[in-house]
Amino acid sequence: MRVNLTVVLRYTLIFFLTTAVSHIGAQDHHGDDAHATSSHGADNHGEEHATNACGGSSHHGGEFDAGATAFHHISDQNIYNIGWFHFPLPCIFYVPGEGLEMFSSGKFDADAHGNGSKAYNRYVLFGGQAKRITDPNFPKGLIGIGDDALWEESATVDGKKVDKVYLCYEGNRILCDPKSTLDFGLFGGGLTSFHDFSITKNVVSMFLIVGLLSLMFIAIAKAYKNRQGMAPSGIQGFIEPIFEFIQEDVSKPFLGDSWERFQPFLMSLFFFILGLNLFGQIPFLGGSNVTGNLSVTLVLAVLAFIMTTINGKKDYWGHVFNMPGVPWPIKYLVVTPVEIMGLFIKPLTLMLRLFGNMVAGHMVIVIFVGLIFIFGKNGANPAAAWGTSIGSVFLTLFMMAIELLVAFIQAFVFTILTASYIGAAIEVHDDH
Amino acid sequence: MTGTLAAVGAGLAVIGAGLGIGQIGGKAMEAIARQPEAVGDIRANMILMAALVEGAALIAILLSFFV
Repeated sequence: MRVNLTVVLRYTLIFFLTTAVSHIGAQDHHGDDAHATSSHGADNHGEEHATNACGGSSHHGGEFDAGATAFHHISDQNIYNIGWFHFPLPCIFYVPGEGLEMFSSGKFDADAHGNGSKAYNRYVLFGGQAKRITDPNFPKGLIGIGDDALWEESATVDGKKVDKVYLCYEGNRILCDPKSTLDFGLFGGGLTSFHDFSITKNVVSMFLIVGLLSLMFIAIAKAYKNRQGMAPSGIQGFIEPIFEFIQEDVSKPFLGDSWERFQPFLMSLFFFILGLNLFGQIPFLGGSNVTGNLSVTLVLAVLAFIMTTINGKKDYWGHVFNMPGVPWPIKYLVVTPVEIMGLFIKPLTLMLRLFGNMVAGHMVIVIFVGLIFIFGKNGANPAAAWGTSIGSVFLTLFMMAIELLVAFIQAFVFTILTASYIGAAIEVHDDH
Repeated sequence: MTGTLAAVGAGLAVIGAGLGIGQIGGKAMEAIARQPEAVGDIRANMILMAALVEGAALIAILLSFFV
């Protein structure tokens, strides 16, 4: 296969420039902020930062916290940031006993960090995420709370470090609840006073990708109908090898004769995951981390589990509950419990593998960019920041190239494992 | 201090996964060298096996951070 070298060079150059420009943008954006903080610090002999009347500081001192920054950038948000632009998204909140509420997140009037300077109907925006004011005496409607009114404090609850968000309003500290999560306290969440059903950044990205894939595949299907016997053209020629690769290497070997029945499911799974993986890596588009969200991968894994379970044949359940050829004490004490656990561990690993890989990749990229701020002492040492940014561009470039590979591999692995689980469920054994 | 212990746990999990994936990759290379015509099947199975090993390591890493 001949590769046109100039084309490769041209794309490499474009990619390099894009990465470099995105760095400069990020540096300007954070640089202003750091400058404001450091000049403020100089006024107070380098001890204090922008603190509000309640003693909370919405900016993390002079230290750059790479971990917190990374988590902020990979989490789901109620606002969509592209560069300096904020696209308000619909907020849909449900409070048990009070009912459903719907409004635009533009009402919060968020700054570059996603911290809102206004409260609306007892909701505020902190770090791009909506929080609910717990104080029942707080007035409803649109209330101006000022720029530095929200801050985060760490508290230890049951031996776990939990960050709590506070609001400073007329000199009072008011606790703000995060949204409810059904993680049973495993990730520091749990049931709170409100549920968030908003069209968040991740949901918007999912809609976009689903729409894009539908348009693309309808066009391709039409092309196959209209151009019978002709060579594929355009987007058809791009998708056909990928489609055929999944069909020949995943569906047919694992699913045997009934591969056509599962083809729609496997292909939807593959292209949905691949599309979202790739969409999250485009610079300047908000970097929505959909497949790195545990809820999304949970639903995908549950779908795979349902497909495996409802298609399970007699032989499959026989192997789970009554493994042939094993003496009965070992069978019922060891093999059957292990097999039943295996039923649930399979989708669990599917869920964690995709989540872990995407989160790790996105976090490493953010931390490589964060090196600039670590070595630049968050704006105090511009020379070191500029020096580090040269190395950081190359490290990020390297990481993004690896992530491009990981995006394909993880989509492929999710599909191939789902196919192998379904294949094991529908397999018919002739003899033992 | 819990953070430090979690980091050690994550590191141990990575050692295990590294050994496992290294074995898979090495054996796959040997197999491809012995039978170059079977490269497609070997590659698909290699990725499948590596994904399974990696799954165990990821569970260990996540558990070490969250529990």
